[in-house]
Amino acid sequence: MAGIEVTNLHKRYPDGTVAVEQVDLSIKEGELFVMLGPSGCGKTTTLRAMAGLERQTSGDIRIGTTLVNDLPPAERDIAMVFQFYALYPHLRTRDNLAFPLRAEGLPEKEVRERVAEASRMMQLDALLDRRPHRLSGGEQQRVALARALVRRPQAFLMDEPLTNLDAELRADTRTEIKHLQAQLGTTMVYVTHDQVEAMSLGHRIAILNKGRVEQVGTPLEVYDRPASLFCASFIGSPPMNLIEVEVSEGALRGPGGLVLPPPPGLPRDRTLVAGVRPEALEVTNAGTEGSVAARVVSAEALGDEIIYVLDHGGGRDLRVRMPPTARFATDDSVGLRHAGGTPPVYDLSTEELVA
Amino acid sequence: MAISIDEAVPAPAQAAEDAPAGRRRGGTARRVIEVVLLVALAVAMLFPVLWMLETSIKENRDVYAVPAKFFNFDFTTIHYKDVFVGRDGGRSDLSGSFLNSVIVAGASTILATVLGVPAAWAYSRFTLKAKKDQLFFILSTRFMPPVVVVIPIFLMYRELGLIDSKLGLVLIYAAFNVPFTIWMMKGFVDEVPAEYEDAAMLDGYTRLQAFRKFTLPLLVPGIAATAVFALIFSWNEFVFAIFLTSSQEVRTAPPAIAGLIGGTTVDWGLVAASAVVFALPVLVFAFLVRKHLVAGVTLGAVRR
Repeated sequence: MAGIEVTNLHKRYPDGTVAVEQVDLSIKEGELFVMLGPSGCGKTTTLRAMAGLERQTSGDIRIGTTLVNDLPPAERDIAMVFQFYALYPHLRTRDNLAFPLRAEGLPEKEVRERVAEASRMMQLDALLDRRPHRLSGGEQQRVALARALVRRPQAFLMDEPLTNLDAELRADTRTEIKHLQAQLGTTMVYVTHDQVEAMSLGHRIAILNKGRVEQVGTPLEVYDRPASLFCASFIGSPPMNLIEVEVSEGALRGPGGLVLPPPPGLPRDRTLVAGVRPEALEVTNAGTEGSVAARVVSAEALGDEIIYVLDHGGGRDLRVRMPPTARFATDDSVGLRHAGGTPPVYDLSTEELVA
Repeated sequence: MAISIDEAVPAPAQAAEDAPAGRRRGGTARRVIEVVLLVALAVAMLFPVLWMLETSIKENRDVYAVPAKFFNFDFTTIHYKDVFVGRDGGRSDLSGSFLNSVIVAGASTILATVLGVPAAWAYSRFTLKAKKDQLFFILSTRFMPPVVVVIPIFLMYRELGLIDSKLGLVLIYAAFNVPFTIWMMKGFVDEVPAEYEDAAMLDGYTRLQAFRKFTLPLLVPGIAATAVFALIFSWNEFVFAIFLTSSQEVRTAPPAIAGLIGGTTVDWGLVAASAVVFALPVLVFAFLVRKHLVAGVTLGAVRR
């Protein structure tokens, strides 16, 4: 087990594309670290640089205390799981699992023991004699996971391992991966574009955008105080309401008369945007004290909650999360009020968190 | 559950059933016309081939018979014997040309494959500067007909001492086949996930070893299909063969067969028999890899 240090990483391809502008990451030993971002943000390139499958243009990567910049992938003592499983098509499950061990030159007795152990852990005993084309997607991914863990590497690198699975299986396998990581205590770097996956798996999450790290934090930190407007709109479903506000008479005042509590230390003379989560707003009966008048544009009943889209005369519609007991119909005249703590506030020009 | 086309779209059959009698009769007439036209086309297309086959097994006097004998001619295999055995009982000149064709076409195909497959892999896997422009340049060498460059190449070959040599033909055919091989193989390489190589590299192989051990075996059908196309080109090539070779020892089959026509008398039986022998290997190869040939031609036509 080892932590991973990435400093000043920059990757530019020969055709001029810059995949990673500048990335600094410090991944602790035994941590499940998620890199989250939209496609093309540089997360996979960063992971591949850690694995040694891409050579960075500049910057350093350390695994444990070893500088691995010039080490080939096999000498970095890491295992990787891919989106397309990459099981060797001509080998049975058993031999796929044994492959990296035999490549290392371990004695056959130990190979058999380790394969048996990994197979028990991932419940693959019934599949050992099948070839990959006779396995379902979920089974293939479990074999791929088992193949990564037979090596007992310093770190696991996961490149969107659940993307090709259907929704139900994805949730199951996600739980399995989380459980496995906790059990083994091995450092794991997990790349995904799915914020739900990131929130549910990660000890810490790094949000990447355009080749840069926008924020690193625990899932709750990232959710409660996104470090930039990009993070605010990327994390959460439905996303954060971004409301342009002005400071006057000791409160944040948005369009349509909406009043929000102000955080301390607000800068002056700048255009500010408050980030308000859908659950920090409340739909009330029209005319309720402290509420502003609004109209229900649409209501999405999701069973465990209802998402209301409200027009309060403020230009942009707001999304409000309410318990399923709320009973408002489309086109109803209702009240809207803020019901949470102080919201994070951003500077519209720099797009960064200011208070 | 798989649904066949018939199950999925019963509507047109239903419509035909309901159609008025007049329209249905129109449909039958249309079918008859279609079949007649197709048969006429097939006969016209296949007639030269059939005539060549017939001529190759006819006695000489039946070959020249007027009116032509289609069915009741005398059968002989003497023309086929003449293709391989000379008048003095030794090997014929033609058989030497066939051997040259095998050597030249085989060697140039192997050379083009050995050079083209790794190049295709590199173009598929790596990010290169101006990759699209490079690939277009490679393809553009196939735009021009060979006859355009045959004179300059003749002069270059004369300087290099490659004129009238099998090596010269092998090199020029390989030069024409490499671009084709790169383009066709790139399609096949694109279909093999790069993750196999990534996984193998993590398991301790170098990039080239990973390619050789994991990607290459999966490319074998593609290589077979590509090689057959390259082989057909080299085997059939006529222009360079006739300009760049002069001696009997080097000449390949196409110019040698063409050389049979001319002079005072033409032994049409021999011409037909050698043409049949010439056509056979390509037909056999194409038949063996027919499944992959279709895959190669339609590759990338449908995006998954």
